[in-house]
Amino acid sequence: MIPLTEKNELIVNILQQVKDPEIDSVSIVELGMVEKAGFQEGKATVRLLPTFMGCPALEIIKGNVEKVLLADSHIHETDVDFLFSPPWTSDRVSEAGREKLKEFGIAPPPERLEDDGGWKVNCPYCDSPYTTMENIFGPTACRSILYCKQCKNPFEAMKPISTIM
Amino acid sequence: MTVGSAAEVKDQAYKNALVELLYQLADDDFITAYRGSEWLGLAPHIEEDVAFSSINQDTMGHAAMFYRLLEDLGEGEMNSLAHARGSEERRNAIILEEVNGSGTYLVEPNYDWAFAVVRNYFYAQAKKVKIDSLKNSSYQPLADAAVKVNMELYYHLLHWKTWFSQLMNAGGEARKRMMDAVDKTAADFAGVLSLGDKGEEIAKAGLIEGGDMLMVRWKNAVKPIFESCNLPVPELEMKRGNGRNKVHTPDLDQAIGTLSEVYNSDPAAAW
Repeated sequence: MIPLTEKNELIVNILQQVKDPEIDSVSIVELGMVEKAGFQEGKATVRLLPTFMGCPALEIIKGNVEKVLLADSHIHETDVDFLFSPPWTSDRVSEAGREKLKEFGIAPPPERLEDDGGWKVNCPYCDSPYTTMENIFGPTACRSILYCKQCKNPFEAMKPISTIM
Repeated sequence: MTVGSAAEVKDQAYKNALVELLYQLADDDFITAYRGSEWLGLAPHIEEDVAFSSINQDTMGHAAMFYRLLEDLGEGEMNSLAHARGSEERRNAIILEEVNGSGTYLVEPNYDWAFAVVRNYFYAQAKKVKIDSLKNSSYQPLADAAVKVNMELYYHLLHWKTWFSQLMNAGGEARKRMMDAVDKTAADFAGVLSLGDKGEEIAKAGLIEGGDMLMVRWKNAVKPIFESCNLPVPELEMKRGNGRNKVHTPDLDQAIGTLSEVYNSDPAAAW
């Protein structure tokens, strides 16, 4: 049996081309959505972790993954599916991913939760810590809407998602 | 005993219990998300419209995942399980199928926000109790799914708890309407925590704790919130029957007729 954590370099490099359909600066690899990337005799096997289960972009992402894989001359066959386990958590977003989210104007998910379950993020524009939560629920399932009291910009942040919740 | 995957389900009695529970979980989330989606554009303010839609989207995602687990067990294709089954096959609790209020989405939607808040708060808490129990389910794919659902449910429960406390503690008409909504919801809410006629088999298979235990846990969970609102925890009843045993009201036929209209126009289409 192929271990689930297998990450074939060729496949992972190709998957870097697949961006989040709604945040085109960051790839699914940087978001930590790729759990397995296997390659054997022309067949690429990819297992992805959905960020949120009801995310309507999942089918688009799956289609885009198949498309970029088949565009590579070494790959003739693909097997792409989503896994529920392990669950995607927001700490899977890589350092590069966190920086690219900021470039897009989205604060990366906070690295820790407060004791009361609340959380704080700095403004992605001016890095001020003086921000307030406007709506935990944002334009997509994985984002919240905040406001920066320093530079007076509204902005979005990726919601923290953790197994300790 | 733990069953690792659909392929490992060999015992027919175990499979029957598992399938029954999955239909209950899937149908509950599906109809709840549908009733919630009817509020789109009608919620009290725009931030709530965004929040409620997001919660409904998550909840529909959870329903889709439970239908997928049924598909893996050979029950049929997930989209058809969601859309093509009539009310006589559904296992959702009756209180969840109830219309949001008089009128329809398009014509004079006199929906009751107090009822929406109470029903969704009660439901989010009931779902939390079940999901916590499902994390120890004997069926590993269901236990895995529970871990994932739990993380999203955290935000749903926080949201509805906040609405519930704030409207209850606002006094005046808000409190009165909320208390009416509590009476209305409690009269049928026992159906959400019930596992139906096959409950004993479901609990014995180690799939989830029994309905009585779920009820105790639900009451313990809502008690501090009710206390902070100076209210007793209501007795939950099942006045109109048990949806787990496929007993339903015309409200469910109406919902299925509307939500499956597009699907039934061309069941083979890819959307």
